[in-house]
Amino acid sequence: MSAPTAFLLQLALALVLAPLLPGIINRVKAMVAGRHGKPLLQTYYDLARLLGKGEVISRTTTWTFAAAPGVSLAAALCALALLPLGGVPSPLAFGGDFLLAAYLLGMGRFAVMLAALDTGSSFEGMGASREAAFSALGEPALFLAFLTLTSLSLDLGRGVADAGLDVRAAFSLSALFNGDMAAFWQAGRPELLLAPAVFFALLLAENCRIPVDDPTTHLELTMIHEVMVLDHSGPNLAMIVYGAALKLWFFAALVAGLLVPPLPLWEHAALSVLAVLGIGVAVGVVESAMARLRLTRVPHFLGVAAALAALALILTQAR
Amino acid sequence: MDCYLAGLCVFLAGAVCLGLLAVAASFTPPRPRRSRRVNALGAGCAALGCALGLGGAAGALLDGGDAALRLPWGLPVGAFALKLDALSAFFLLPVFGLGLVCALSGGMALRGVRPAEHNLAAHWFFFLLLLLGMAGVVCARDAILFLLAWEIMSLAPFFLIDFNDGDSKVRDASWVYLVAAHLGAVFLLAFFILLWQVTGSTALTIEGCAPLTDAGAGTLSALFLLAVAGFGAKAGVAPLHVWLPEAHPAAPSHVSALLSGSMINAGLYGLLRSLALLGGTPSAGVLGALPEWWGWFLLLLGLATALLGILKALGQGNLKRLLAYSSVENMGLMFMGVGAGLLGVAAGDAWTALLGFSGALLHMLNHAGFKGLLFLCAGEVLHAAGTVRMELLGGLQRRLPLVGAAFALGAAAIACLPPLSGFASEFVLAMSLLDGASFPGVERQLCLLFTLAGLALVSGLAAAVYVRAYGATFLGEPRTGFAANAHATGWRGLWPLALPAAACVAGGLFAPYFFDLAAGTALTAIPFPHGLVTDLPDVDAQMRRSLAMVSMVGGGGVVLAFCLFAARGLLLRRRGVLREKTWGCGYQASSARVQYTDASFSEPLARLFAPFMGLRTRGGAPEGIFPDRAAFSVAAPDRLRTHFFAPLFELVERVCNACKILQHGKIHLYILYILATVVGLLVWGLRP
Amino acid sequence: MITLTSLFSTILFLLLLNNLLLLGAPGIAPLIRLTAFQGILLAVLLLGMDHALLACAIFGIKGALLPGLLERTRRRLATTDEPRPRLHLGAGVFTGILGLVFSLWLETRLPILPHLFPPLLLPTALTTLFCGLILVVGRATAISQVIGYLVAENGIFLLGAPLMAAGAIWFELALLLDIFVAVFVMGNAIGHIGETFDSIDTGRFRSLRD
Repeated sequence: MSAPTAFLLQLALALVLAPLLPGIINRVKAMVAGRHGKPLLQTYYDLARLLGKGEVISRTTTWTFAAAPGVSLAAALCALALLPLGGVPSPLAFGGDFLLAAYLLGMGRFAVMLAALDTGSSFEGMGASREAAFSALGEPALFLAFLTLTSLSLDLGRGVADAGLDVRAAFSLSALFNGDMAAFWQAGRPELLLAPAVFFALLLAENCRIPVDDPTTHLELTMIHEVMVLDHSGPNLAMIVYGAALKLWFFAALVAGLLVPPLPLWEHAALSVLAVLGIGVAVGVVESAMARLRLTRVPHFLGVAAALAALALILTQAR
Repeated sequence: MDCYLAGLCVFLAGAVCLGLLAVAASFTPPRPRRSRRVNALGAGCAALGCALGLGGAAGALLDGGDAALRLPWGLPVGAFALKLDALSAFFLLPVFGLGLVCALSGGMALRGVRPAEHNLAAHWFFFLLLLLGMAGVVCARDAILFLLAWEIMSLAPFFLIDFNDGDSKVRDASWVYLVAAHLGAVFLLAFFILLWQVTGSTALTIEGCAPLTDAGAGTLSALFLLAVAGFGAKAGVAPLHVWLPEAHPAAPSHVSALLSGSMINAGLYGLLRSLALLGGTPSAGVLGALPEWWGWFLLLLGLATALLGILKALGQGNLKRLLAYSSVENMGLMFMGVGAGLLGVAAGDAWTALLGFSGALLHMLNHAGFKGLLFLCAGEVLHAAGTVRMELLGGLQRRLPLVGAAFALGAAAIACLPPLSGFASEFVLAMSLLDGASFPGVERQLCLLFTLAGLALVSGLAAAVYVRAYGATFLGEPRTGFAANAHATGWRGLWPLALPAAACVAGGLFAPYFFDLAAGTALTAIPFPHGLVTDLPDVDAQMRRSLAMVSMVGGGGVVLAFCLFAARGLLLRRRGVLREKTWGCGYQASSARVQYTDASFSEPLARLFAPFMGLRTRGGAPEGIFPDRAAFSVAAPDRLRTHFFAPLFELVERVCNACKILQHGKIHLYILYILATVVGLLVWGLRP
Repeated sequence: MITLTSLFSTILFLLLLNNLLLLGAPGIAPLIRLTAFQGILLAVLLLGMDHALLACAIFGIKGALLPGLLERTRRRLATTDEPRPRLHLGAGVFTGILGLVFSLWLETRLPILPHLFPPLLLPTALTTLFCGLILVVGRATAISQVIGYLVAENGIFLLGAPLMAAGAIWFELALLLDIFVAVFVMGNAIGHIGETFDSIDTGRFRSLRD
């Protein structure tokens, strides 16, 4: 099977399985709390139900509000398509595509924040304000973690430059997350384990999971992401929910891409999917074990992530 | 070159006509009809000249050939030497492109101005002079001519900013501008005099500057620092940026768009040109001889400027001030690019060198597009609502849909979001820093990579700033009557905005072509060392490939978003959409006043960055069980201006006042001064 | 497979991480725990260098005894909360990272014998020293300053570790004993200060200067 076909199959698998991830997190949380919990497929039911409904939207809103969910979903889809899945490089891979992926997610956030402000509700303005602040602060940590990987990969690329290979392809997500990195921390470079740890922390922050935000609370004052989408309904809400699931899958795939060692094609693919689902379990455990941080402490959380990423970068460069 | 010269002639002829008209207007009673005709003449001349010049610049860029012109010159020093090479032509693009848009848009905005209040002939006279000055600066190849054009370019805005001279704040702002422009010019004067002393000629050509090879490192560094100070003051680099947030909001919007999008670029142009001169001597042939610390200095200066600019922008409540501070930030990014380019040259890294310089150039071009668009939109808001204070606005998207859409596009572009133009140039800049990992020495690598992380923080903050700017101004419910009673302008008044809007989209979707322009310019204008030259085409090709993919994925994303939007429309076709009140969590008596304002939006970030933002808060939360009326306001005045420059100038004033002891009005003592001077000179002249 | 070098680099990495955590730790209790962990890491490191006896001593004193003493002092004090640190925690961590970069740079510049230090040991040692000093400068209470001195001493100890010949072990042990006594005395003194003045904020000691 050719590489693009394998990639497309895995992309389709990711698109189908993405709504399962929130289901797993919820189930793990319910089990830890001793409840039975929602069905695993709850997100699928929600999506089907929302797609079958009409919409009720605020009189204040303009086209910004109507278009934002589509923009954010399209951005998440494009970002996911840039990521290598199961060790198969993306056909869209190019040098520097991690920058594009990061900014595409930024575009999605931008659209959702504008939609929140478009309703004129103070609650949604609050959510947008917090989202803007925390995503701006998360950006350096994300970049430092990526830089750790690019500089390591550049080190490796030096050797193959003479063989006529494109050195700067080292700056591509497909080169960074194909499993080679896993071989390094196993070979006694523990600082490289910091990179997946930082990505995991950013997963929690960017997807509004517990130490940063509580997606299940019923108090709008304390929420970030959920409060921004209070006024969406019907197909638009479905797009937002699905987009959030894709974003969760994106970050989980980043972590998985660093942890799964290189293997033959199908084993790698299967292990990657399992790793992504396992990360869902890990998120559930973290959510059960931790309390939500006070909002003023969230910058500290992101600062710790940035400091760890900086340490990883420095140690990678020092070798 | 012919088109360019024709453009200059149109400016000159228009300026002469309008100058005469302006003088005539001040002696005759104002008449509305004549004022309208003058307005049409001025705008028409400016637009025609810009269109001609744009054609000339584009032709010169595409042909790739240089054209030069020398005219007889009556002065004993200097020469009238113009040359249109790639770098000049590249910097002419924003001058003429944005000049065209601003002239058209300004012509429409000033149509209804009452002739008794404003002398439009004078306004357009200075507008044409500004265009002439900018066009002259980038093409002058002689120090004297350059300074002359520079002075015209610096003086004309003073009168343009002072358009609404009834307002004392506007008068203050134009004075601040004038002082800053002249302090910058002092550094430049020193720079050119030193250059003249070393080289012995006023020609600004690589051949003319050949003797610089023999100059010591100290002289070169002094020249560099003078150039950074002089050109940096024009570009608005911290800490010399203080004039920018005063002057740009005070000016009429078509002027602020031109100042912010084109004029401050002259600073970048001057820096690049002087670097090429200082390092590009034919015998050495290379920029590699330049000291490495120049690169670090520019890189860190740029990063500091960008961070300061964006944080100050986050604190502003006035939309135009916010845009002005954002110009400071973008200038910082460009300086970062130049610094990275110099470092790449010093380290022999072709990737960083080429991408640094071309990233700075590309960002300059893109910035002219989106900043022009945003300032013109802000002008429309001011025109429609009567204020640009964001806390008084809101809900303008419904009232001014076209302006809102244009502003949203510009905001997304300047927040560096794909698939628009801002992302393309920031991508190039980031890629140039990314190769820092292969520099020699761990401290260099880490410094470059941490700078990249700083760039990420800047762009994250920029997104927050522009969500805030667009959200508070255009979205939600109108907060006061200013916004509620805003009257719409039809598309007829807005069509000039289509050009910068198209530039924002095209800069992203056709990024490889724009990169070709920038990289081609960098390759011809910057004398790269021979060791690098062999690698440069390879870097160029790789970056082109990457940008082509960026455009493709971006275009795909746009198509996908449209498909999703259309799919939603299909799903909802039968079911319909119900319109209700915004969900207020059950609270029924909500009002537009409870919406998040600009200040509350930036509160979480302000909590963290307050010391850097220089926030000043007044009032506080209501206290007690039965609280009184409470008021709370946040402002972000420029601390650098109030706490550094103001005391500095006061000190200078005190010193000067102390010197007045010599000027006491007693004639006999004045004659004594003359005698003492003569005797002193005699003694000095006759000493062995 | 875990080789000796990879064990070594893992421990050095953990030491560095521990240093940053020390700088970022908000309260006294986590500081004490992290100091204990640092002592244990040092002991494991020495074990890897075949100094079994010294490793045991280090484990006993730095990993258990000293933290125990500090913990006892902390309990004796009524106030457990650290007052606002003089240097903002984030600024402290940032300075620590700068210190790490500086030590890496220093490693390339110092004229030292090749192969004397295993890779990363010298920067780790220097960073530990810097972090200790940052703690001393940046923290407000006397007890966290004592911890700062301990961390700085760990850095110096780490610097000396590869230079240690067999005979120097007794010297090191004697040094350890000195520190032990010093911390013991300090612990008691801080306890008394805390009882007398109701605070161990060193900022307030200024009022005692006349």
